[in-house]
Amino acid sequence: MPFIPHTDEDIAAMLAAIGVDSIDALFDEIPPGLRIGELAAIPAGLAEMDIARLMQSRAREDGQPLCFIGAGAYDHHIPAAVWQIATRGEFYSAYTPYQAEASQGTLQLLFEFQSMMTALTGLEVSNASMYDGASALAEAVLMAVRANRKVQSNRVLVPRALHPAYRRVVKAICEPQGIEILEAGFDRAGGHTPVEALEAVAGDSQLAAVVINQPNFFGVLEEVDELTDWARVRGALVIGVVNPVALAVLKPPGDWGTDGADIACGEAQPLGIPLASGGPYAGLLCCKKDLVRQMPGRIVGRTLDLDGKPGFTLTLQAREQHIRRSKATSNICTNQGLLVTAATIHLAILGAQGLERVAASCHANTGRLVDLLTAIPGVEPLFGHQVFHERALRLPAPAADILRSLAAHSILGGFDLGLDYPELDPAILVCATELRTEEEMQAYATKLARVIATRTQARCPVEPKFS
Amino acid sequence: MSEVPADLRYTKSHEWVKDNGDGTVTVGITDHAQEALGDIVFVETPEVGRQVDAEEPCAVVESVKAASDIYAPLAGEIVDANQVLADTPDAINQDPYGDGWIFTLRLKDPGALGTLLDADAYQALVDEES
Repeated sequence: MPFIPHTDEDIAAMLAAIGVDSIDALFDEIPPGLRIGELAAIPAGLAEMDIARLMQSRAREDGQPLCFIGAGAYDHHIPAAVWQIATRGEFYSAYTPYQAEASQGTLQLLFEFQSMMTALTGLEVSNASMYDGASALAEAVLMAVRANRKVQSNRVLVPRALHPAYRRVVKAICEPQGIEILEAGFDRAGGHTPVEALEAVAGDSQLAAVVINQPNFFGVLEEVDELTDWARVRGALVIGVVNPVALAVLKPPGDWGTDGADIACGEAQPLGIPLASGGPYAGLLCCKKDLVRQMPGRIVGRTLDLDGKPGFTLTLQAREQHIRRSKATSNICTNQGLLVTAATIHLAILGAQGLERVAASCHANTGRLVDLLTAIPGVEPLFGHQVFHERALRLPAPAADILRSLAAHSILGGFDLGLDYPELDPAILVCATELRTEEEMQAYATKLARVIATRTQARCPVEPKFS
Repeated sequence: MSEVPADLRYTKSHEWVKDNGDGTVTVGITDHAQEALGDIVFVETPEVGRQVDAEEPCAVVESVKAASDIYAPLAGEIVDANQVLADTPDAINQDPYGDGWIFTLRLKDPGALGTLLDADAYQALVDEES
């Protein structure tokens, strides 16, 4: 039986009924220049055995390397129960549960997710997730510019110590909408974003919002209270970019400075979502209650039904595109239902104390890793300020070469900072989550010492066979 | 049958306009409009001081059914907005021509008031639509 139940006769009859020659003719409103026609890059279908062979060979190529890379996506332990539960028939869907009468379980779970996010961020409202951390930040920026009507400005200040991919996504989404993104530098000694750096870029200009990330891309803890208050005095809204695991031990954005951040966003991947070569992940977005009408995406509310029994339903839908059409708060306001399901189950299994232990363990492991690595001559911390679970290290030889050699030994040694910050080259960003053991960290240090020794020693007359 | 007071002016987009006699007008939505929208749950009023053109969307009224733009009936400057609606948006349902007013506008051209619909013309429009 074909998966698409329309026979050629069905299609012909439907086209005849509306007086159209072909299915292609239904799309003739799209200018020819914008149509891609045949998908030449997509290969022909494969038989099941062939596809299994191909996938197995690709899986072997991945190997099982030891991961010391963080830089926005983190290798955490995911209890087996998380995906066992998330893939049960009752939950296994990525779709938005519009039909409240048929979706109470999923709606309740999304409501729990929102409750967990508001508890972590210290803000009043959460939506039921965005695509990922970077697009959540872009939406937060759009939201802030819409909401900040007192300051008639379309300028938003972003630290350069914010994830480079986040900065690219924010520019890609916001600049075409007339928003100007300004970048404030970081302190070369501390690795943090000082108030003076914001001041230097902002000058006397009005700002709609200031983005503060905690920890920043270098793992460094920012002086969030001071930065928040600086933004507040200038009439700018404050957007916090946070790591949900770090929030178990750090001050929540809702408590930053005198009045707290207005919006908080971040990447939910560290909460039970596998690295999976970069996605799919989920974004979190929370805000103060008075901004809720500017918030994009699904929001689940708890209410009472006609019999007075508690129930859950999507709420405040008038903000959304199926009602407000072109004037919706966003046109990319779907959620990541299945990944949020996993994140919620993950947090429920860990509990508040469990999450705190994960955060503390990552912090301790990264400290231990840095001690081991900086014992190697020529390897030293790039920045002096306190970190959460990542640290930037200066290397005595080109970072790309060192990382390639480590990868050949099945060690993913870190993120090459020179790619996005040429002035820091050669340097890497390393991370050791709760998964990394003392033996693994020692193995990394031993390999790194050997790789650096071969790269920095006087050239041997005999060329190594493999480098 | 919805109420259409004779002393007000109206727009085709269902706003009522009251001449305050001092170059300003007060604007709200008609009884017919509030009835069509249903229970109003949120009103976004315009920023005081904003310059608006005639027929420019400047406020939003959200009901349990839909969210609708409210248009400036004529060009001018917003001089006041009804802050009470922030907490009691249903004032528009209860008293559309009184407590449910939305904003006050200082007209660029006070003479333009005459270009709006009078009560009879608006009543005819409502009859035609229903």
